[in-house]
Amino acid sequence: MVKNIIDVKNLSKSFDISSKEPGLKGTIKHFFRRQTKSLKVIKDISFEIKEGEIVGFLGANGAGKTTILKMLCGLIYPSEGSILVSGYLPFRRKENFLKNITLIMGQKQQLIWDLPPIESFYLNASIYDLDKFEAKKRIKKLSEMLEIDEELFIPVRKLSLGQRMKSELLAALIHEPNILFLDEPTLGLDINAQRNLRKFLQKYNNETNATICLTSHYMKDITSLCKRVICVHEGAISYDGKLDLLLKKLSPVKEILIVCRTEEDAIKLENSGFTVKNKIKNEITIKIENNSITSSLKTILNNFDIEDLFINEPPIDEVIGKVLIKKDYVI
Amino acid sequence: MLSNLINRKIFTLLKVQYSNMLEYRVEIALWAISGIIPFFMLNIWTNNNLNESINVSDILLSRYFLCAFFVRQFSVVWVVFSFEEDSLMGKVSPYLIQPLNPFFRYFAQHLAEQITRFPFALIIAFFFFIFNPESIWIPNLGILLLSIVSTFLSFLIQFLIQSIVACLCFWTEKASSIERLLFIPTLFLSGLLAPVVSFPAYVKSWIYLTPFPYLIDFPANLLSGNETNISGGLIMQILWIFILIPLFKKIWSEGTKKYTAMGS
Repeated sequence: MVKNIIDVKNLSKSFDISSKEPGLKGTIKHFFRRQTKSLKVIKDISFEIKEGEIVGFLGANGAGKTTILKMLCGLIYPSEGSILVSGYLPFRRKENFLKNITLIMGQKQQLIWDLPPIESFYLNASIYDLDKFEAKKRIKKLSEMLEIDEELFIPVRKLSLGQRMKSELLAALIHEPNILFLDEPTLGLDINAQRNLRKFLQKYNNETNATICLTSHYMKDITSLCKRVICVHEGAISYDGKLDLLLKKLSPVKEILIVCRTEEDAIKLENSGFTVKNKIKNEITIKIENNSITSSLKTILNNFDIEDLFINEPPIDEVIGKVLIKKDYVI
Repeated sequence: MLSNLINRKIFTLLKVQYSNMLEYRVEIALWAISGIIPFFMLNIWTNNNLNESINVSDILLSRYFLCAFFVRQFSVVWVVFSFEEDSLMGKVSPYLIQPLNPFFRYFAQHLAEQITRFPFALIIAFFFFIFNPESIWIPNLGILLLSIVSTFLSFLIQFLIQSIVACLCFWTEKASSIERLLFIPTLFLSGLLAPVVSFPAYVKSWIYLTPFPYLIDFPANLLSGNETNISGGLIMQILWIFILIPLFKKIWSEGTKKYTAMGS
């Protein structure tokens, strides 16, 4: 049985936020009497993550995904509840815990800007107590996996965003962590760089059985890497389960475009009891429930003269968007 | 474990930061030149014969201010500004989840900068001796070594004080404004503008209880060969370090609980 590596119970986080009215009057008022209020950004959430799982955290901007990741890796202190990651309380930042994890933030960098990445890699290697031989071996292996052998010796400031992101990944993985926290790792990358990064993460997971917690606004990151997703809405979990199950629940029907041989066939099909979305001449779009697709298609093909048909999956961004936008979306 | 930390982590940090600093050699040369306040002060003191009031010869005074310049070059600290920026911009986040306190990075950055500064400081000293040939002296090896130790201790005290102030970022966000307040006693009581011996006796006795005279006055007097209580000065420096380290640890551990990882 695969053991839980992350165990979160009734976790909450509040931040003190000060607000200021616009204009000079607001500024003076803010100077003399600062008004702060406590904002609960994470509300009593609980979940478990098993070793080797890749879990995607989905949510609109400000939903609380990044805050959850920051608490899981020990960067910020939880207000209430408990977190156990690999048997450690993250916030205590014990050396053995820190050697087991890594956090990659798409918009933040740890590489030294004016030096080639190789310098940062050796620095990280010494911080994680790796000897030079081992560090060299890991840099070689990871740079081959990431295809950045030549870029190792070019100052970071001269690298492209994609090359920099790959170098960031290498710096963050040199100690071969068991748990990866990735916050928007593909932010700003072009399609090819995104795909390569996803391929690398999948390979890393396959080879090391590392657990990966990922947030991303690119649905492709989530669909190609994560079997399980946790949807966060206004600090609370609105869904925790398999991604395909979520998609089925959110989009229980498929749209099928059928091109009939003649317009008469299309009219016959229109009147045969299927839910019709629209009909243009001999082309008709019908909606069929996922669980009756096979039988429905069999009926159509047997009874009507069909020239062509297309099964359209609803765009995943659109489907997931429903969870992210609606305040009281019940899944 | 501590030796491992010093041997491997700090040494690698130092190497990397030194490489980084060499990228900024022009800036560092300018920084070195900008530290010539002691020479201006020397000029003011000698032109107004102020040294007579404290019974110090022109030569000893010029050596004192040259040494004050050197000590200042190797003990100047700006960690509060670096940490404040990194903290507010969220740059400190990746370092917080590494098994090494981020302040070691700043520490290595400072040491690397000092090493880079060294040749520029020597050039400035060379020009100083050209204009003041009578001030040339060679301190004996024992004094020189003690002065290096004392200057390093002075750097440690300043680094710890500023690191403590820097940690206030976790509460106030603008900790550098508190540092500005500390800059006033540092400027007047450290011996940068005037040797502490020039203060009235009742003020002096209080000043020597603070960490400020051990930042510049004590190491500069030691190196320049002026009369000073060597063991007393070194003990006070070590004592202040022992007071400041637990204070830093406490404020760091409380402060990181307040960290919100802004900007990331």
